Amino acid sequence: MLIKQLSIFLENKKGRFTEVTNLLGEAGINMTAFTVAENSDFGIVRLVVTEPEKARDILRENRYAVSVTDVICIQMPNTPGALAKVMNIINDAGVSVEYMYAFSTGKSAAAVIRPDNLGITLEVLTNNKVDLLASDELFSL
Amino acid sequence: MNRIWNETMECMSRDDMRKLQGIRLRKAVERVYNCCEPYRKRMQEKGVEPGDIKSIDDIVKLPFTSKKDLRDYYPFGLLCSPMTDIVRLQASSGTTGKPIVVGYTRGDLDIWGEVGARCFTAYGIQKQDVVQISYGYGLFTGGLGAHCAVETIGGTVLPMSSGNTEKQIMLMHDFGAVGLACTPSYALYLAEALHNSPYPRDEFKLKIGAFGAEPWTEGMRKDLEEKLNIKAYDIYGLTEIIGPGVGYECEFQHGTHLCEDHFYPEIIDPETGEPLPPGQLGELVFSTITKEGMPLLRFRTRDLTSLNYEKCECGRTAVRMGKILGRSDDMLIIRGVNVFPSQVESVICELPQLEPHYLLLVDRVNNLDTFEIQVEVKEEFYSDEVAKMLDIRKRIVHRLQSVLGISPDVRLVEPRSIERSQGKAKRVIDKRKFQ
Repeated sequence: MLIKQLSIFLENKKGRFTEVTNLLGEAGINMTAFTVAENSDFGIVRLVVTEPEKARDILRENRYAVSVTDVICIQMPNTPGALAKVMNIINDAGVSVEYMYAFSTGKSAAAVIRPDNLGITLEVLTNNKVDLLASDELFSL
Repeated sequence: MNRIWNETMECMSRDDMRKLQGIRLRKAVERVYNCCEPYRKRMQEKGVEPGDIKSIDDIVKLPFTSKKDLRDYYPFGLLCSPMTDIVRLQASSGTTGKPIVVGYTRGDLDIWGEVGARCFTAYGIQKQDVVQISYGYGLFTGGLGAHCAVETIGGTVLPMSSGNTEKQIMLMHDFGAVGLACTPSYALYLAEALHNSPYPRDEFKLKIGAFGAEPWTEGMRKDLEEKLNIKAYDIYGLTEIIGPGVGYECEFQHGTHLCEDHFYPEIIDPETGEPLPPGQLGELVFSTITKEGMPLLRFRTRDLTSLNYEKCECGRTAVRMGKILGRSDDMLIIRGVNVFPSQVESVICELPQLEPHYLLLVDRVNNLDTFEIQVEVKEEFYSDEVAKMLDIRKRIVHRLQSVLGISPDVRLVEPRSIERSQGKAKRVIDKRKFQ
C-alpha cells in the first residue's frame, strides 16, 4: 500500500514556508506529517496531506516546484524495539532507506519510509505482517 | 635613485614621439598587410593601402580590430610570423569556450621585458632587489610578464606563482623580498597571512607592491599599504596587447603612464568610432606598433577612460591614462578573470536540467570579489532528495568552472523566481564600486 507524498523545493528565504501553510490551510487541506531537509541555500519540505493531487495543483499554480513521490507508511506499537523490528526486516531484504520520518500518538506510532526499492520493501513488510497504512487511515490516527 | 628605465623613450618630446610613432606605425601596417590575410582584406575593403599611412595622424584611416576577430581567427589566423619565429604562446579566457591566444616572437619577448622594466623601475625596484612574483604562472600573462620584467632589470626573481600561502610568507621573510607582484586581492590575502605568521613585521624587507590584472580602488590601495607597510603601485596590461607592462604608475600616481612608443593609444567614441579630443572620456584603443608575432592595430579594448598628454611631475612625457571608469560592453572582471555573461548563458542553455534564465550577482566583500549565479531547475528535475539537488548544483559549478576559469557560487532558486522580460533582461547585478 503506497501513499503519495509531496516534496516542495523552497529557497531559504523568510516567509516561504509560512506561505505554503497558508495556501494549504485556505484550501482546506490537512497535513498529517511533514519533514524538512535543508542545506545552506534551500530546503525540501516533504509532506503527507489529504488530497495530495489538489494540494500539488494549488502549489504549482502558485509557482512552487512540487513533486509527488510514492512512500510507504507503517504502523507499529509505540513501544521499545518496535521500529527496530521493522528496520531489521528492511535491512535483511538488502534495501536501503533514502529518508524517513516518524511520529507517535499515544499507544501507536507511524513512520513514513522512502526506500530505494519500493517493490521489495512492500513485499517483505507484507510477508512479515507489518501494518501498512493507507492515507485515509493515517488521518484517523 | 633613478626611477626611469629608458629616459629617451619615457621623456621624449611630444613632437619626437609622434614622429617615432608614425615611423613605427608605417612599418607595422606594412607588416600586417603583407603577412596577414585578414588584415589585408579588411584594409582593401576600406580602400586603404600601406602607402596611405604617412604619419601617426593617418591611423584613423585603418579599420578596427576587436576581441571577436581574435575569436574568429582562433588560434593562429592573426599571426604575422611563421611558427618558426613564434617562441611563446599565452592565453586568456575569451567570450566563448575558446581562449584568446597570443603568439610572441623573441623580439616581442624583448619588448615585453623592456616595458616591464620601465614599470618596475618606476616602482623603485633595483638590481639588488628580490621580487616575489605571486601572480599565477602559466597561460595567464601575469606571472611570466612580471618575471621577464624583473629579469630585464637584473633584479632577483622569486617565481612563487600563486597559492601555498604559508610558504609564500616564509620565503618572503627568509629571502628578504623587497617587491611583491600579484593581484591586489591576493596581496590582501597575503597581508592577513603575514599578520598571522610567527615573523615580526620588522624582519621583512618588503616595501614595494606591483598589483594589477583586476580593478582596485583607492580604498584598497590604502588598505594594502597599511597592512603590508608598503607603497602599492598599479601595473596595467592586456593579454591581447602584450600582458602586464602596457602601462604603470610613477611615484606621483597621477594616472598610468603608457609605453606609447610600443602601444599607441587612442580614445574614440564607442558609438561612432570617431576619435575624441585629448582629455575626453571614451573607449581606449591600442595599436601595437612594434610587435612582430601578433600585432594588433586599432584594437578596441572596450575600457572607458581618458588620456592626459601633459608632462608629469616625475619628468616623463609619456601619456597618462586616467582610471578605467567602466566598459562599453558587458565584460566583467571577477577576481582578475574576464567573464562575459554570454559565457554563463551558453553553459546554462546547454545543461538539460536548467531553465534558460539566470542572474549573475557580483559584489566585493572584505575586498574580495564574490560571484553568485542564480539558476532555476526545470520542473521535472526537482527532486524529493537533497543529494540529487546538490548533485545538479555540483554539475553546474563544474561546467561553469571549466568554461569561465573561476568557480562561482551557484544558487538554485525557485521556479519562475528570476525576472522574465520581453526586452533585454537584467542578467547582471554588479554591486562593486571602483571609484
